Amino acid sequence: MSEPVIKCENVYKIFGANAQKMLQDSNGNVDAKTFQENGCIVGVNNASFEVSKGEMLVVMGLSGSGKSTLLRCISRLTDATGGKIFIEGQDLLQLNNKDLIDLRRNKMGMVFQSFALLPHKTVVENIAFPLQIKGVKTEDSINKAMDMVKLVGLEGRENYFPRELSGGQQQRVGIARSLAVEPDIWFLDEPFSALDPLIRKEMQDEFLRLQDKLQKTIMFITHDFDEALKLADRIAIMKDGIIEQLDTPANIVLNPATEYVRKFTEEVPREKVLLIKDVMDTSKDNLGDLKVSKNEIIENVAEKILTQEKIVAVVDNNNEIIGSINPTKIINTVFGGRKNNN
Amino acid sequence: MEFLKKYPKTFQWLFLLIVFFALCFAIDVPETYKFIRGQAEFVKDPNQSSYVFLGKEVRYYAFDVFWRLPPLLGWLPIWINDSLFFLMNEWMPIEVWNEDTQEFKSRPVVLQISRNLTAFMTFLIELIREILLGGLETIVAFTSWDWIDKNPWAELPGLPWTIVAAGAALLSYKLSGKGLALFAGLTMVYISVFGQWKPSMQTLSFILVAAPLSFIFGLGLGIAAFKSKRVEKALYPILLVMQTMPQYAVLVPALVLFGVGDHAAVIITMVVAIPPMILLTLLGLRAVPPEVIEAGRMSGCNNFQLMFKVLIPTARRDILIGVNQVIMVCFSMAVISAFIGAKGLGFNLLLALNQLNIGLALEAGLCISLIAILLDKMSLAWANKQTDYFGNLTFYQRNKNLIFFGVIFVVGIILAYIGTFLFKDTFNYLFEIPHNKGISTADFWNKGVDWIFETFFVYIKAFNTWLIQDVLQPMRALYLRMPAIATIVLVVGAGYLIGGLRSALVVCALTLFIAFSPWWDRALVTAYMATFGVVVSCIIGFTVGTLCFQNKHSANFMLGVCDIFQTFPSFVYLIPVMMLFGITDTSVLIAVIVYATIPATRYTIEGLRSVPAGLHDAATMSGVNKFQRLTKIEFPLAFPHMMLGINQTIVFALFMVIIGAFIGTEDLGQYILKALSDKKGAGIGLTLGICVAFIALIFDNLIRAYVQKRKKHLGID
Ligand SMILES: Nc1ncnc2c1ncn2[C@@H]1O[C@H](COP(=O)(O)OP(=O)(O)OP(=O)(O)O)[C@@H](O)[C@H]1O
Ligand SMILES: [Mg+2]
Repeated sequence: MSEPVIKCENVYKIFGANAQKMLQDSNGNVDAKTFQENGCIVGVNNASFEVSKGEMLVVMGLSGSGKSTLLRCISRLTDATGGKIFIEGQDLLQLNNKDLIDLRRNKMGMVFQSFALLPHKTVVENIAFPLQIKGVKTEDSINKAMDMVKLVGLEGRENYFPRELSGGQQQRVGIARSLAVEPDIWFLDEPFSALDPLIRKEMQDEFLRLQDKLQKTIMFITHDFDEALKLADRIAIMKDGIIEQLDTPANIVLNPATEYVRKFTEEVPREKVLLIKDVMDTSKDNLGDLKVSKNEIIENVAEKILTQEKIVAVVDNNNEIIGSINPTKIINTVFGGRKNNN
Repeated sequence: MEFLKKYPKTFQWLFLLIVFFALCFAIDVPETYKFIRGQAEFVKDPNQSSYVFLGKEVRYYAFDVFWRLPPLLGWLPIWINDSLFFLMNEWMPIEVWNEDTQEFKSRPVVLQISRNLTAFMTFLIELIREILLGGLETIVAFTSWDWIDKNPWAELPGLPWTIVAAGAALLSYKLSGKGLALFAGLTMVYISVFGQWKPSMQTLSFILVAAPLSFIFGLGLGIAAFKSKRVEKALYPILLVMQTMPQYAVLVPALVLFGVGDHAAVIITMVVAIPPMILLTLLGLRAVPPEVIEAGRMSGCNNFQLMFKVLIPTARRDILIGVNQVIMVCFSMAVISAFIGAKGLGFNLLLALNQLNIGLALEAGLCISLIAILLDKMSLAWANKQTDYFGNLTFYQRNKNLIFFGVIFVVGIILAYIGTFLFKDTFNYLFEIPHNKGISTADFWNKGVDWIFETFFVYIKAFNTWLIQDVLQPMRALYLRMPAIATIVLVVGAGYLIGGLRSALVVCALTLFIAFSPWWDRALVTAYMATFGVVVSCIIGFTVGTLCFQNKHSANFMLGVCDIFQTFPSFVYLIPVMMLFGITDTSVLIAVIVYATIPATRYTIEGLRSVPAGLHDAATMSGVNKFQRLTKIEFPLAFPHMMLGINQTIVFALFMVIIGAFIGTEDLGQYILKALSDKKGAGIGLTLGICVAFIALIFDNLIRAYVQKRKKHLGID
């Protein structure tokens, strides 16, 4: 496997006057409570992970759990208090100002939780801004920005000011702006939360289509588990600055690493997460006629399976039978996880 | 006891008042003081005493410690004077090359800096002035007088007024559109036709140097303060004092440092105009949302780009208010600095006021105000200008305005040339209409004033007499009757009750400074005039503001009116009141009231507007009527902002009271004015200025502390 695009090693971010010293004294065992008593707030606590090229990592967690802070560390909008961050093998914290600016101008794009548009610039000017900062000619930058306007479906509004747009439209400007420089690494901080459900779904589909084409390395923050499931290659779940678990959606639901993650995923509809292969049996006896692919999401084939009386065969990509699945198993998976509630 | 617990604050206040009045009654006027009605000070014991401080003999009069504090700070003005003298004449001599004598000469460094600054400013002013009006100085600056004598052709000819007028209209058109263009054109034509061209252009050249320089320095220092906490901490107290220091008072030290003339006026204008610019820049930069800054950094901005492409444009609203303030101060100073020899409309205005020629004063005042409004609107339009990226412009379209200006330029010159034939024997009216050859309405106004005065003499006089005898003089007597110790107890007590110990200490220090200065009585008179003005202004301002707020259009209209009135130089307010009430305290007080009502009205409307719309609807839904909504919801919530308006009202009122000394009130301003013509006045002027600033700062401190508490209580902020 090639080198990870983003690599974090024991990253800490602690807010407060003498954060540095307290972190050193604690030897890496950061306890949020004791820190708070000393006037420090723990934003990110010992985060280590990698994101490889073309992968989409979704970060989830309750409000205040440190998601935005983690993103800010990786984009070096704030300097991490401790630990190491590598972007394509480069040590981010060692970069000098000029290299950092180059990195941001050419490699990184970011969409902000609260849009963060420049109020004095129109839609196109906002989108063209990173290009102009880079030194692209005004005319070229505006042309490129107009393409982006079309991409996010804001034609006809290119001369509006941010204050004249709805929240959803503003966020689309934010997305367009972050894409204007065609970054390899894309950070999105709750990009769709201001959108209404219809537009959100549209944007998600659009986003997936884009990603299919562009294959960017993405870190994506959301509060919406459905969204996470739809988009994520892997999901990280944070609590009080600690990454509790980082794994594929299926693993997070099936094998929660901590009690917190289990609670967090309790309400998640399993049939939407799990694939057939995650729940199938290996026995190949008494099979019926129906065959399903091991890579189907349960939700999509559940009805078919449940209407069968016999055990259903599971096949791999080459249509070879590799196991079986029992309709009762489906019922157990879908409803089993919520027995606590009843 | 129950009651006391329920209303502890009320009781504390009551207690304070009781102590205050007890002190007032307990301390009698000492026999050595004789109170003369209508006089600003007490007659004092002739047995003078003196003490020696820092080797200086300071004279003071017999005193009673409780009644008036001893003038322990009497040495301060003398010390300031001596220090200034030392700085200018002795401190750190350096070797300077002298062009004329071709040798090195020793000269103190401050004097040298002052000389260089003076030369630079003079050059700038003369350059603009001579482009507009013609002259020799700029060419002389690059050559010499001898050279000019040998080359009589070498003279900047000056622009015909037609070109300037049309150019101003064109520029306004480009910036904003037809409306402003029309206004600019009419203003310029008016100025020219009424024979005010030369003084107007002199004033304009003064402004065109002072305003941009103030803007640049203010912005720069504001940025520096934003970037470094240390710079901010160092600047802040100076800014506070400068903002509340009456402009008169700054003139005096400027006189010593820079001498008399336009250059000194420009420098001193900058000193006054830069502080508000710094404060507003800082305020604006602070208010930029952190995520916008982060977005800028993620776009790959370097520090410079971040500042000038992200931060400053985003903070534009506040910075524009700063620009507006700079322009306002510049015009205000254009008049006031006529005292130290600035030429132009301000000088004419002062002269006319001095001769009681109201008509002439009115014309000059109108010109200044018109130019002020024009520049204000133009700078605003410039900052709000948009670029159009999509028009596929031809060469002609892109350079349309330049070509137009070229045409105007040529036509103007041709017209002026034709003028030389048309008006062979008189003046070339197509080039410049001389000062006394324009149309003048002065006589008309003077007659009008006379008519009003004769017709309404009885009523005006009756009103005047009533106000002075039955309201003002008793009020003044009351103020002067307060023993110093009682006043101090009252003010410090109020500070403690409102803002706690910290506030009390600050207020105490400020009050003691004034009390130990030799001008406590004068300060009381100043305070009484300001109090009267502020109370009336606030009543008017709150009423008008509240009424106008009821309707969106009237509110906008009123804010517009406030904008325009604020742009008038403060001196202009004296003209109409002098027309009606002559040289009396009444005139000054009415000018104070009009001037100080502006911030009171503006802040009332803005405060009421800042009440969230959601609350508004919620209140309506819960069935409150309009009046209840106003008293129960909008007023309490708008109150903190309105209090900041009172703050401004006080500063405005104090400024006007001090300026009022020009028509002869007997307060601190009178002494400041005196100091202006005194060779050793710098120290006195400065100390007096600080006294006035401290009066304002005492109230400022109390009000701010109160507002902060209120805001916390209401959960806004
Ligand atoms: N500049 C700062 N100074 C001090 N504390 C901060 C700062 N920024 C964030 N924090 C604290 O760090 C913690 C994590 O904040 P963060 O913004 O990362 O949360 P989040 O997971 O993004 O929440 P949300 O979902 O609401 O956006 C919070 O407790 C917050 O109070
Ligand atoms: Mg966040």
